[in-house]
Amino acid sequence: MKHLTDYILHLADNALIMGQRNAEWCGHGPILEQDIALTNISLDLIGQSRYLYQYAAELAGNNATEDSLAYLRTEREFKNCLLTEQPNGDWGQTILKQFLFSTYQLYLFEWLQQYQDERLKAIAAKALKEVTYHVRWSSEWVIRLGDGTEESKQRMLNAIDALWMYTGEMFIPSESEMALQIPLDRIYKQWDAKTKAVLNEATLLIPEKVFMQKGGKSGVHTEYLGYILTEMQYMQRTYPDSEW
Amino acid sequence: MKATEQNTSNNTQPSMGAEEVVWGILRSINDPEIPVISIVDLGIVRAVSVEEHHLVKIIITPTYSGCPAHDVIKMTIQLSLLENNIKNFSIEQRLFPAWTTDWISDSGRQKLKAYGIAPPNHTQAVCTPEIFQKEESVQCPHCNSFHTIMISQFGSTACKALYKCEDCKEPFDYFKCH
Repeated sequence: MKHLTDYILHLADNALIMGQRNAEWCGHGPILEQDIALTNISLDLIGQSRYLYQYAAELAGNNATEDSLAYLRTEREFKNCLLTEQPNGDWGQTILKQFLFSTYQLYLFEWLQQYQDERLKAIAAKALKEVTYHVRWSSEWVIRLGDGTEESKQRMLNAIDALWMYTGEMFIPSESEMALQIPLDRIYKQWDAKTKAVLNEATLLIPEKVFMQKGGKSGVHTEYLGYILTEMQYMQRTYPDSEW
Repeated sequence: MKATEQNTSNNTQPSMGAEEVVWGILRSINDPEIPVISIVDLGIVRAVSVEEHHLVKIIITPTYSGCPAHDVIKMTIQLSLLENNIKNFSIEQRLFPAWTTDWISDSGRQKLKAYGIAPPNHTQAVCTPEIFQKEESVQCPHCNSFHTIMISQFGSTACKALYKCEDCKEPFDYFKCH
């Protein structure tokens, strides 16, 4: 049971931190439609994280709630992948991060919707429909920018340099992923094929032999997560037990 | 038709038709973000049953995971039941099977169109991860032209995309397939 709870929390943290990062773009997008698109995606992710936290809270007991899990855990207790907490950078870096993450979610949820746990299966099946839009939207942008102007291409190359080292961690199994037999090798193959196809279309090369950073799944984060939590948890820590 | 259902809903006798009474109450609750279509027409209400001791059980499903209207809808159901003197109820949220635009009723589709939102096409046009796929052919709710283009897959709410009509030049929301 501990493994399932940990795993659900990991999935929830991924979605929440990614959603929180995207929300930083609210009101700052390059054009109104794309600002709205990114905040729509943000909302989907935060919604997914709520279902996952609600489930994790029931599993964890001890009066845990979706709010206490999101707002009262410390940095070392968060299990999200390092990729999700990376700064937004420019539009290109945000897009690439979304594409790399959404593609991972797509194949993971495709698999999880057949999973033996009914609750997780239902959340995955629901989220998958939303993630499909995210993958399509972000991959089209990767191509548009990569195969765009000299400047947009250079920005995508910079984004790859900044983010690629965080992609490996998604496919390195944690203790709970091993216990639950999540087939990360298989999901990696699908992810790899899809990212190669899109980056190829975008005339961008996938870097080889990059040292892959890890740690997020076990709570060892880059310095950025602390800042995200400080901002996100401010209300709940300043006004304990406040509710909507 | 609605009016008669509304009237009977004041009758608290849990006799036959008690479920119909509850359906009537639910049909009078509109979606907070698209206030012309009821939560029943949207396919959000999945089941209603009246159990022993007049316990009313309602099962609802969210449209999109992050839809901010969902909590409001749940609260409005609670208030409407209380206003109708139904105090013994439970509202369960069910995620599976996932909500689809196929569950929007025909009358719901007509109401969307009359409100200026193009109703969803049938699901063969649902989103796939394939890039730059051919856009759905969406009919303009104002002039009925199919000569329309998508401006953005994401619109004013999670469930809508932004379109523009090339004939009457009006922009409009499309309730996208899901």
